[in-house]
Amino acid sequence: MQAFLSSLVSVLFHGVAYGMILYVISVGLSVTMGLMGFVNLAHGVFAMAGGLLLSTAMGRYGVPFPLALLLAFVVVAVASVVLERLLYSKLYSAGELPQVLFTMGLIFMSIAVARYLYGTQAAPLFLPDYLKGQIPLFGRDFPTFRVVLIIFSGLIVAALWFGVERTRWGAMVRAAVDNRDMAQSVGINTNRLFMLTFALGSGLAGLGGALGSDILPVQSTYPLENLVYFMIVVAVGGLGSLSGPFIAALLIGIADTATKYWLPELGAFLIYAATIAVLLWRPQGLFGVRS
Amino acid sequence: MMHSGGYARGSRIGVLEILPWLVAIAAFFLLPEYLSLGARILIFILFTLSLDLILGYAGIITLGHSVFLGLGAYTAGILSVKAGIHDPFLQLIAGAAIGAGFGAITGAVVLRTKDLTQLMLTLAIAAIMMEVGNKANWLTGGADGLPGVQVNPLFGVFEFDFIGKTGYVYCLVVLFIVWFFVRRMVYSPFGAMLTGIRENTARMHALGAPVYKRLLVVYTISAGIAGIAGVLLTQTTQSVGLNVLSFEIAGDVLVMLILGGVGRIYGAFVGPTVYLIAHDELAKQFPEYWSFGVGFLLLIVVFFARGGILGLIDKISARVRKS
Repeated sequence: MQAFLSSLVSVLFHGVAYGMILYVISVGLSVTMGLMGFVNLAHGVFAMAGGLLLSTAMGRYGVPFPLALLLAFVVVAVASVVLERLLYSKLYSAGELPQVLFTMGLIFMSIAVARYLYGTQAAPLFLPDYLKGQIPLFGRDFPTFRVVLIIFSGLIVAALWFGVERTRWGAMVRAAVDNRDMAQSVGINTNRLFMLTFALGSGLAGLGGALGSDILPVQSTYPLENLVYFMIVVAVGGLGSLSGPFIAALLIGIADTATKYWLPELGAFLIYAATIAVLLWRPQGLFGVRS
Repeated sequence: MMHSGGYARGSRIGVLEILPWLVAIAAFFLLPEYLSLGARILIFILFTLSLDLILGYAGIITLGHSVFLGLGAYTAGILSVKAGIHDPFLQLIAGAAIGAGFGAITGAVVLRTKDLTQLMLTLAIAAIMMEVGNKANWLTGGADGLPGVQVNPLFGVFEFDFIGKTGYVYCLVVLFIVWFFVRRMVYSPFGAMLTGIRENTARMHALGAPVYKRLLVVYTISAGIAGIAGVLLTQTTQSVGLNVLSFEIAGDVLVMLILGGVGRIYGAFVGPTVYLIAHDELAKQFPEYWSFGVGFLLLIVVFFARGGILGLIDKISARVRKS
C-alpha cells in the first residue's frame, strides 16, 4: 500500500508536469482552430523551434536560462506572424484539404531544416545549477526543474485566463470565436485580432517546447511524433475553449504517465481509445463551443 | 479539372486511357532492372487510387488511410508466417475482405462526423492500429515485423523471383482489374452521386440521396482496395513491417495523389510514378533535401497548382488550343 501510494504520487506529479507542458504548447492551436477554423497540423513546428532556440542560445552563445526562454517565445511569435501573413492567411477560406496539405508541407520542411542544422540527435537541455537537483516537499524529494516547470506553467495559464476572461482583448477573442461575422460587423478587426492571437499561441508553443524539452525530447521528427497528442488535446478539450484543453491536457498527461508506469505493454493504446470514445460521445469535444 | 463522375462525360474508354498500360508493358521489356521499383509504383497507384475514390470523388478527408494498407499487408504476412497459408490468391482475398470489413466498421463511425472531428477520428484510429501493430508481438512481430513471408507460385507455375518479373506482371494485372472496376463505378449513377455529395452535401440530402449509406459503401470499397495494395506489398517484398501502418505512409499517399491530381483517376497514376521515381533517385543520397523538397512541393501545389500535374497539363493544353 505504501509503495502504491508512493508511485501514485510520482505518477500524479510527473503526469501533471507533462499535462501542463502539453497545455502550454497546444492552447494556441485551440484558439487558431476555434477562431479561424484553420486546421494547423504544423503547430508542433513552433514548439520544436522553441526547443531548438533554447538549446542553441544556451549551449552555443551562453545566454542565461530565463533570457533564452524569453527569446524562444519572442522569436517564435515573430516568425509565426511572418508565416501567418505570407502563407496561412491565403488559405483561411480555402477549405480543409489545402490547409491540411499546406501544414503537412510545413512539417516536412521543418523536419528537413532541423535535421540539416541539428542532426538526428535530440537537442541537449542545459539547465542552470539552481534548477538541478531535488527539492524536499512533504517528506519526499522532487526534481527541482519539474516543480519549477509546474509552477511556471501554472502562472502562464493563470495569466492567459485573466487575459481572455478579464481584458478587452479577451472579450474580442471570445466574441470572434462565438460568431466571427457578427464580431466583424460590430467593428472588431478579426484579421488583426487573429494575427495577434496566432502570434501569442505560437509563442506559447515555442515556450512550451523549450520548457518541456526534457519531457518531449526536441529532435527533428518532433512535429510529426507529437502531432497526435497536440491534436487530441484540442479535439478532446474542444475548439475555442481555454479550460477544455487544460483539463484534456492534464488527463492525457496523467493517463499517459500512468500507463507508462503501470501498463507499459499497452503503450498509448488507452489514450487513443479514450479519444475515439470521447469524440463519438461529444463530437465537439468535452467543453467545445462548437464542432 | 475535377472529374464530375456519372454521365458528365462519355464513359467510353478514350485513346489516352490506353497510354498508361502501354507504358507499363513497355517498361516490363525495356527496363528489366527496375521491375521491383515498377511493382512498387503499381502498388502505390492502387493505393492512391483507393484514396482518390474517397478523397477525390466523395470528398472525405482522411489522415489514416494507411490503416487499410497496413491491415492488408499484415493479413498476408500473418497468413503466411503464422498460419502457413501461402496461396497468393487466398491472401489477396483475405486482405481485401479484412480491409473492407474494417473500413465498414470504422466508416460507420467516422462518416457520422465531419470536419475536424472526422479528421481526428481517422488520425486516432491510425494511431491505435500502429500501437496494436507495435505491441501485439505474438501476432505482428512488433517492431521487427514479419520477415520471411512465403508465397506459392502463381497458378503453381510462376514463382515470385528475385528480379521481380512475376511480381510486376501480377501487380499490373491486379491493378488493371481494379482500375476497370473503379472506372466503371465512377462513371455510374453511383459515381455521380458521390461527386454530388462532394460538391454540395446539403443539396444531395434535399434530393433524397441516401448520403451516409453511399459514403459508407465507397469507404468500404476504398478500404478493400487499399487492403489489396497492402497484400501485394507484402507478397512482392516478402516481408511486412510497422512502416506500412505509419503516419508517414498516410502522408506519402496524400502527397502522391495531390501531386498527380485529385478526383480524376489518372492523377493516381501520375502522382505515385513521379513521386517514387524521384524518391528512388534522390531520397537515399539526400534525405534532408528530399523531405524539404516534398514539403516545398506541397506548398507549390497548394498555392499555385491545385490540380496537380494533370491539372497543369489541362491548363497548358487549354491555352495551346486557344492560341
